[in-house]
Formats: sequence, structure tokens, C-alpha cells
Amino acid sequence: MYNEDFFFQALIYLLAAVVSVPLAKKMGMVSVLGYLLAGVIIGPFVLGLVGQEAGEIMHFAEFGVVLMLFLIGLELEPALLWKMRRSIFGLGGLQVLLTTIVISVVASFFNFEWNKAIGIGLILALSSTAIVLQTLTEKGLLRNTAGRSAFSVLLFQDISVVPFLAVIPLLASFNGPARLQESQVGQLTGVASLPGWVQLLIIIGAIGAIIFLGRFVAKYIFRYIAETNLHEIFTAMALLLVIGIALAMSAIGLSPALGTFIAGVVLADSEYRHELETTIDPFKGLLLGLFFISVGASINFMLFIEDPFKILGLVILLIIIKFLVLLVLGRFFRLKKGYEFLFAFLLAQSSEFAFVLVSFSQQSQLFEEKTAGQLLLVVALSMAFSPLLIVLNEKVVSPILERWHNKLDYEEVEPEDNPIIIAGFGRFGLAVGRLLLANNFKVTIIDSNPANVEVLRKFGFKLYYGDVTRPQVLEKAGIAKARLMILSMAEYDNALKVASYIREKYPNVRILARAKDIFHAFEFAKLNVKTVQREVFNSGLELGAKALEHLGFNRYEAYRSARFFKHHEEEVFMNLYEHWLEDKNRFIQETRRFSEQVSETLMAERKFSIHDADCAWDVESIREEEAGLTSEGEK
Amino acid sequence: MKKILILFAHPAFQKSRINKKLINAVKNLDGITFNDLYENYPDFFIDVKKEQRLLTQHDIIVWHHPFYWYNAPALLKEWMDLVLEHGFAYGMHGRALEGKSVLSVISTGGSKVVYSSEGRNHYTMNQFLVPFRQSANLCRMNYLPPYIVHGSHTVKNNEIEEHALNYKKVLLLLRDNKLSKTDLEKAEYFNNLID
Repeated sequence: MYNEDFFFQALIYLLAAVVSVPLAKKMGMVSVLGYLLAGVIIGPFVLGLVGQEAGEIMHFAEFGVVLMLFLIGLELEPALLWKMRRSIFGLGGLQVLLTTIVISVVASFFNFEWNKAIGIGLILALSSTAIVLQTLTEKGLLRNTAGRSAFSVLLFQDISVVPFLAVIPLLASFNGPARLQESQVGQLTGVASLPGWVQLLIIIGAIGAIIFLGRFVAKYIFRYIAETNLHEIFTAMALLLVIGIALAMSAIGLSPALGTFIAGVVLADSEYRHELETTIDPFKGLLLGLFFISVGASINFMLFIEDPFKILGLVILLIIIKFLVLLVLGRFFRLKKGYEFLFAFLLAQSSEFAFVLVSFSQQSQLFEEKTAGQLLLVVALSMAFSPLLIVLNEKVVSPILERWHNKLDYEEVEPEDNPIIIAGFGRFGLAVGRLLLANNFKVTIIDSNPANVEVLRKFGFKLYYGDVTRPQVLEKAGIAKARLMILSMAEYDNALKVASYIREKYPNVRILARAKDIFHAFEFAKLNVKTVQREVFNSGLELGAKALEHLGFNRYEAYRSARFFKHHEEEVFMNLYEHWLEDKNRFIQETRRFSEQVSETLMAERKFSIHDADCAWDVESIREEEAGLTSEGEK
Repeated sequence: MKKILILFAHPAFQKSRINKKLINAVKNLDGITFNDLYENYPDFFIDVKKEQRLLTQHDIIVWHHPFYWYNAPALLKEWMDLVLEHGFAYGMHGRALEGKSVLSVISTGGSKVVYSSEGRNHYTMNQFLVPFRQSANLCRMNYLPPYIVHGSHTVKNNEIEEHALNYKKVLLLLRDNKLSKTDLEKAEYFNNLID
């Protein structure tokens, strides 16, 4: 009977997750929102499939947070922390500190006691790692200055969850002695009944033990277990490690999350790090999913219906506060030209950690149920709004800023009579530009990445910031009389747009273009842009030639093979291009593009033999002929 | 009318005042194909099949180049190595070039006196050109007397103009087949056959 019940619960939770998370993904939301939605749907306010036990499940699923902190610890190599120390501890630290202070002050205006106000400040200061990381990855912003700064802040926030978990019971203890006793009965009978200095010694001893065991003992245990070649035992060991530390920490009155986090950091440079990561990760993922579902199920929508304007007002207030603090800090840390806005919009929502902290503070009885419920609502809604913020930045704020910056930068461009224009000055354009400059050609460079522009200008390059897809920018750069237009930008679709615009308006300008792949090159060929360089083809070929050397080819033989292949590829290109033009169904999906390209190319060169070119150096036929002559002579 | 293929090899064409004039004088004539090897194969990757096709389509082959270390620039040598393939140009079955003629057109810094047994270079141009002559022979081709521009560093502008005109005359004579076989066999330089 018990089992049936358990499996029925599992069925509902898993079904909800499996149905709603992929749906959320399809709609462009992150999985966290999918889980929350699933929880809302199966919860008491929609289907009512789960009820009271959601709270218990939430406590169980909180172990996912412990696992997550272990994994975060594993990711944090001390060397990386040191390298990014300025942005992690400076920018991240100030963000957490200032946002906490501002929100706490605002909260105290809403008549919260000081300890509760600080609790609210801590909880809402964090931003959503899940949402921001997914946005960064999807939009390719991980290497962007704003993206990197956002990443540093998230890292610091992740780390600061550990002390927050320790601070919250402390804050709760100011609610009054009666509650303190109630909430910490367990600890009082154990370690907490000992004198203060003994407690301190025990804590230091425990952390020391974790570091010592992780540093010097763990590898022998892991090696011993890995030698058995039984993967499930390794899994058992990994879970044992985390659960053991969590229990030990609870026993001495410390946060289990802190203990596992330290264990993770200690093991970060061990040889078993990746193995541990891949082993723990599915448990973490499922438990966190379960956690978010139960959060969703326990969100009290009555609170929203009672006073929707108040809740929405609070959400907007929260986003504005976080946004302003981030914007000021971004400026202070030298984010410029729209990057500070991107940075602020990225991090203006609240965090999934807030759910953990809210549920933890409820356990410690920091908040009344109503406050906690409202907090959960505000957090969830602010997360749901965050995609809108990114759209707001892209469609409204960023174009306005761009226009403003362009106006400034136009004045810095001295007109050239017959400019050679390079659009896009990243890794690719840099090589092109350097070669031209080395041969004493002056080039006018347009780049849309202000960071590049700043750096390169320092080195005496003549560049300016602008969006090359805008006709005014092209005109200012002198496209009408340009000798060459070199499209070396990585924004492939924009490059096509620019090419087609120039073809139409300035048919005499010669265009040279960087192409992403063969299909991109076809698009250029269709616009009658003939000088096109595929960005990675030559590099791939050169590494291929080196591979041939390692396989026993002479260096010259390998070089000739690669050269021959390159020339052969030019023919193949023309053949495939004809096919592509005839092919009505040329709108091949992005994912199919590469495999399509591979199979078509391979088909086209099935009959081709690489050694046709160097026949004359092959004396085989002469030897045969001479052998024939001698044997004839002997006859 | 015979067809002439000029195989021109000069790695620094843009700096050669003589060869620019010579080439300009002839490259657009009827029946003449101009093949600039360094322009077509900057990476030394010669399209052997295409070059062989060109050879079979012409009757007279011109090797036009400056004289570097008593020889042709590297790319023309590469062209010979690869295009004059066994089984195509020579060997039992290599008869694709049989009966065609070859003309060397060469610009060189040294005067005619320097290229003699008493001169600094000790040997005559024709002695230096033996490998070219014998290569033509092996391919069953007829090696014509060379057309030489001596003293390329000191030659005056009006003399260059004259050379350009003469080069044009040479090719027209060959194209229209106006020279007797005995004249050709006797002459040391093609230069001597033009009045």
C-alpha cells in the first residue's frame, strides 16, 4: 500500500516534469520555469493532484541543493577564482552587498522588523544562474564583456548561498527566545549545549578534517573503488561522500551545503573530478527538478488573486531596484556603450536559490507563512519576466544607445578618398587588416563590438564603432568610392544583408567575404560575390596535412596532397553550387546543413584520386617501359 | 596559320620593364595564346591536365623567361617536370608533342660578349640552352634558334621598343610559316633572321 502511494506520487511528479519541461523549452523558457509551471499545474490551484505532502517532498528535494553546491565547488578551481578575483569578489561582492542593503531598507519601509528585512534583502539579492547562463549560451554572449561580468557575479552569488544558509537561522533567532528553542531543539541537545570555544574548535576541526580527507585520503579511496570497475559502486561512494558530509555538518550545527561546498572545492583539482561530476549530476538535476516542482505546487495563488496589483507592483519594484544597482556597478566597473545595460538586464531577476532560502527560512521560522508565500510569488514572477527584459534591451534600449554612440563616433572618422573598408574586426578581420596595413594600405574598419574598437584604437588602428547593416554607417565610411569592401564579420546573416545592399546600390564596389560554411558561400555566390573565403576550411586542411605527416608522409607529399585537395575543392564547390541553385528545396534546416554538406561533398569526390597531380614524379611507368624494352631485346 | 602558345615565367613581372614591353607587343595577336605561369599558379600548383591540353592545341611553344643562374625561373622548371609527362611528351607512347616547334625567348643581363668562351660566363647562350634543346628533342619537337635580349640592365628605352617590335615579327613569321627550314637550322640566334 505504501509502495503504491509512493509510486503514484512519483508518477505524477515525473509525468509533470516530462510533459512541461520540454514544452517550456520549446517556448524558449528555461527548465526552471518549466518545473515551476509543472508544479503549479499539479498543485492545489489547478489540478489538485498533490496536496499537503508537497511540503515534505520539498524538504527531501532540498538535498538537490546540497548536491548542487557540491558540484559548484567542484567547478571552482582555485586558479580560476584567483584569475577572476576582481570581477568575482569586487563586482559580485558589491552587487550582493548593495542590493541586500537597498532591498532591506525598502523592506523596512513596508514595516518588516529589521531581521526580516535583512532576510528579504539577502534572498532577493541573488539572480538566477539557470536563466542567465542559458540566455548567455543561447545568445552567444559568454565571451562578451557584459556576459563575463554577469558570470562572475553569478559565481559570487552561488558561493554566497553558503553563508546565507548559515545566517538565516541566526536572523530567525531574533524573532524571540521561544521560537529559537522550538527551531533549534535538535542542536541544543548536541553540540550547541557545549561552551562556545569548544563549539568553535569542533567546527574548525570538522572543516579541517574535510580538507585533509579530500586532499590526502580521498584519492586512495577513489582509486581503490575505481579499480573494481564497478560503476555503481563509484556512484554509491560519491553519494556516500556527500550524504556523509551533509549529516556530519548537521550534527555539529553547520550548514550541510557549506560542508559539501568545501568538499567540492577541495576535490576540484583531483583526477576524479569529472567522474564525480557526471555521477552526481543526474541526481542533482532530478532532485532540483523535484524541488522546483514542489515549490510550484506550494505557491499560494490565493495571495495573488487577493491583491494582484500589490504583487505585480512588488515584482516591478524588485526588478527596478536590482537593475539600478547593477547599472551603477556596471558603470563603476567600466562596462560601457550599452554593455552596462545588457549586464543589468541580464541579472535583474530573482534566483532559484531564493526558493531554497525561502523554504529554509520558513523552517527556521524567520517569516510568517503569508510573507513567505508572497516572496515565492514575487521571485517566480520576476523570473518569468526576465526573457521580456532581454527583449526590452534588444529592441528598445540598445538601438537608442547605438544611435547615440554612432553620432559620437561618426565625427572621429576622417574621410578617405578611396577607402578599403573592413567590416568586422575580430580574429578574422584582424588577420586581413594586419596584412593590408603591413603592405602600407590604409583601411577603414567598422566593428560593432565596442570592446574591440577601444582596444584596437589604442594600437593605432583606424576604426570606429557602428552597425554596418545601417546604410548611413556605410555611407559615412565612404562606400560610394570604396576600392574594396571586405566583409569579415562573424554575423553571417548581416554580412549577406550588407552584400546584397551594396550589390544593389553600389554595383561597382568589389566585395570580398568571409563565409561560415559552404552554404553561406553559396548565398554569396548567388549575390555574385565571387571572392569568398570559408573561415575554417584552410585551417582544417592544414591540420589534415600535419596528420598526413604523422602518418608517414613526407612533409612535401603532405603539403602537395593538401594543396591538391584545396584545388579540387574549388571544382567541387562549383558543382555543388549548380546543384544548390537547381534545388528548389534549398531552405535546409540549420541542423541538417552540416550533414548535408558532408554527404554531398563526399558523393562528389567518390571517384577522385589524390595522386593524379604528381604523376610525372612517379617513375613507375618509365620503369615498366624500360623493363619491357630489355625483355624485348632479350627476345 | 599556326597556333602559338607563350609560356611566360617571371616571378617579378611587375618590375621588369623589358618583358612588359615584349609581352604587350604580342599577347593580343591573332593565333597567339598567352599563358602567364606565375599569375596562374602562384602556389606552384600546376594544373597538369589543363597545361597538356593547351600544348596539344598549339603548334609552336614559346618558353619566355628571364635567365636566372643560366636557367629558367623555378616555376617553368616545375612546369617541365610535371607537364612533360612520360607517356604524354616522351617515352614509347608519348607522342603528343611530336613535330611541334619550341622557341626560347630569354632576357639576360649579360651582353653577347660575356656569353662566349672568352667572356666572363665562358659559355655561349646556345651551350647554356642545351638542356632545353635536348628536352625538346626527347619530346620529338624541333628546337628553334633562341631569341635573346642581351644586356637587360643597361638596354635603353628605344632599344626595348625595337626588341618588342622584333619579338612581334618573330612570332608573326613563325605563325605564318614564312621561314625556310635551312634558314632556321643555320641561325645562331633568331635575332639574326630579322632584318
